[in-house]
Amino acid sequence: MKTSASTPWFFLAPNVIVILLFTFVPIAINLHYAFTGGVNLYPTQRPGVGFENFSTLLECGSYFDPASCRKDVFWQSIWNTAKYAIFQVTLMVLFALITAVVLNRKIIGRGFWRGVFFYPVLLSPVVVALIWKWILQRDGLLNAAMVAMDAHPVLWLAEPGWAFFWVTFVSIWAHMGFYTLILLAGLQAIPADLYEAAQLDKASPWRSLTRITLPLLMPNLLVVVVLAMIKAVQIFDEVFVLTGGGPGSATTFVVQFIYQTGFVEPVRLYGIAAAGSLMLALALVALTLLQLKLSNAEKAGERAK
Amino acid sequence: MKNLTVRTSSLAASIAAALVSFSALSVQATDLRVQCYSDGNECEVTGDIAKRFEAANPGTKIIIDKVPYKAVVETLPVQLAAGEGPDIARVTDLGGLNKYYLDLTPYLSAARQKAWQDNFATTLPWFRSGPTDKGIYGMMSQLTVTGMYVNKTLFDQAKIPLPGPTTTWDDWMATAKKVADATKTPFAGAMDRTGHRFAPLAVAYGAKIFDAKGTPVIDDGYKLAAKKFVDWNKNGLMPKEVWGGLGGSAYRDAFEEFANGRIVLYYSGSWQINRMDKNVTKSFDWAVVPAPCGPAGCTAMPGGAAYVGLKRTKAPAEVAKFLDFLSMDANYTEMMSRTENIPANLAVAKAGVTYNVSPLAKAALNSFVADVPKILKPNFDLQGYKLNRAVFQPTAARLGQAVAGEMSVDDALKRLASDVDEQVKAAAK
Repeated sequence: MKTSASTPWFFLAPNVIVILLFTFVPIAINLHYAFTGGVNLYPTQRPGVGFENFSTLLECGSYFDPASCRKDVFWQSIWNTAKYAIFQVTLMVLFALITAVVLNRKIIGRGFWRGVFFYPVLLSPVVVALIWKWILQRDGLLNAAMVAMDAHPVLWLAEPGWAFFWVTFVSIWAHMGFYTLILLAGLQAIPADLYEAAQLDKASPWRSLTRITLPLLMPNLLVVVVLAMIKAVQIFDEVFVLTGGGPGSATTFVVQFIYQTGFVEPVRLYGIAAAGSLMLALALVALTLLQLKLSNAEKAGERAK
Repeated sequence: MKNLTVRTSSLAASIAAALVSFSALSVQATDLRVQCYSDGNECEVTGDIAKRFEAANPGTKIIIDKVPYKAVVETLPVQLAAGEGPDIARVTDLGGLNKYYLDLTPYLSAARQKAWQDNFATTLPWFRSGPTDKGIYGMMSQLTVTGMYVNKTLFDQAKIPLPGPTTTWDDWMATAKKVADATKTPFAGAMDRTGHRFAPLAVAYGAKIFDAKGTPVIDDGYKLAAKKFVDWNKNGLMPKEVWGGLGGSAYRDAFEEFANGRIVLYYSGSWQINRMDKNVTKSFDWAVVPAPCGPAGCTAMPGGAAYVGLKRTKAPAEVAKFLDFLSMDANYTEMMSRTENIPANLAVAKAGVTYNVSPLAKAALNSFVADVPKILKPNFDLQGYKLNRAVFQPTAARLGQAVAGEMSVDDALKRLASDVDEQVKAAAK
């Protein structure tokens, strides 16, 4: 039976239309906003300004000193996001790995403990933030416990350093289970006979970990790191509810800056917000390319073996 | 088979008849969607009055969509810019949303136009685009005045008398500190996190807010007040988390701190009376004191919320009719009385409103009403300025950063001036 050349397109059309309408059209509109100015929402009513929105965002004495930048909060949010991504991803992957290794062993109540670590993933980010806000506010559970132990209460969410710490901690608590699950699946795919052979050779547990577990888990680790990194760069909802980006701009991240500029400020600068979102998109594309490159390198390495 | 065909045809005929009658009904009935946020019971009271309107106008149905305040401030402007939104909304950005308002004038009789012009003479200009605009766009459903609440029980416990009517902000804070120390209360005072509440402090200390051309400026008075305010936060007289604990221009009130007896003074406004009466009266005695003073005078900030008709409506005549119904003296009086608000309708204000409230709430209302004539011109001008949020929101954001210790007050004020300038210029494009 011969099919016409247009038949595949007929079946693909619904998906193509949906993707065009809800992905590519918004991207095109966003591009238009990034190169136009004023406060009007309708694209046709917005005057072209060339690269002005980008140059406004990039105008800086030193990119390492947000205070020297015209849009100081934008650069503060970039540095906050970078710092957060490094700390959160490193610590989360480390804890997820340790947890996965422990949960892969024959421990009592293994199913229960797997459920315990995965449970926070099921919660809505808003619920997670509200629970922790209740714990961390001035008259919250944590301070009540500290006062009961004759310690001074601490403004966990009003001191910049502590607020950043708790934002990172809560995010790790909420998302670690998902990455633990991926790593656990990777650990279970490692053939048991490799460990048996290592035991026969009297290899230490550390040697088994570094010579068998980690190398064979590397593809999963790579996926986990890149996914976590992309998610970290996109962080918004739970932090917005937990700290509102404060104190000051201590926990303001790039997505919140874009949201505030485009939708909260009294005079909504859609052009600046669109330019900021394009710069964020570039960062995400770079991270995705990195993932592709690393996974290709991994495959090439495997082929070479 | 024939039976089936007959049955199918009659079913189709019934469906068609039902559809025809349904569409006939939908042509006759007009649904008006009213987006309403509430500080207390404003939406419920509006709903009750709307039922009487529906009874008098059988073709019109009023649907009250109760939304959080955040939706009115953040979502509604974007909806309106996209050509969407309700028929009527309860808004607080009175001048800023002017371009979306429906001018009610053509839909009102000459007598009713005059009634609106006379009764709302002081507040109608707040909705307009400028001095040449004579439109009738909305009705203040709540005229508010900012003011200072005090925990009277703490003053009594400390055996310190309440300071007199011309007490300055500095003296209020100093006295409140003594009360706080004597009663082991954590803080002397707090102010809601918004530039609107900060404006009376700034004007009392000499801020003019606008230059000769009418452009907002961060002048010496504003700077002096900002320095005092940040010092009060840094010295522990005010709880740091109210202004310093949030990011950006997010709003936060300090009602919970006051209700829980953690502060002696609370700078907020008349819209809190209902909440105070319901939640605080049972715990301690409270009062509203006369507007705090500074070298330039004793002042407060006017404001409030208003019902406005929106241009995008498909039923402008019905929108005007409903708003006119709400503005009628009897209905307006009921609304003020039940919501415990200060009337903006001058005829209603002159006739007086009977409030069925506790003696504490009644005294508070009287105190706010007595502050109205004291309001200095810059505060009135700022309320009527259509880009007033371009002053209020950066004030909260930048002073919040200074309170959090992220930047010095001087740097915060420089940034504040540049933010205001940028927003005003962008709005002009």
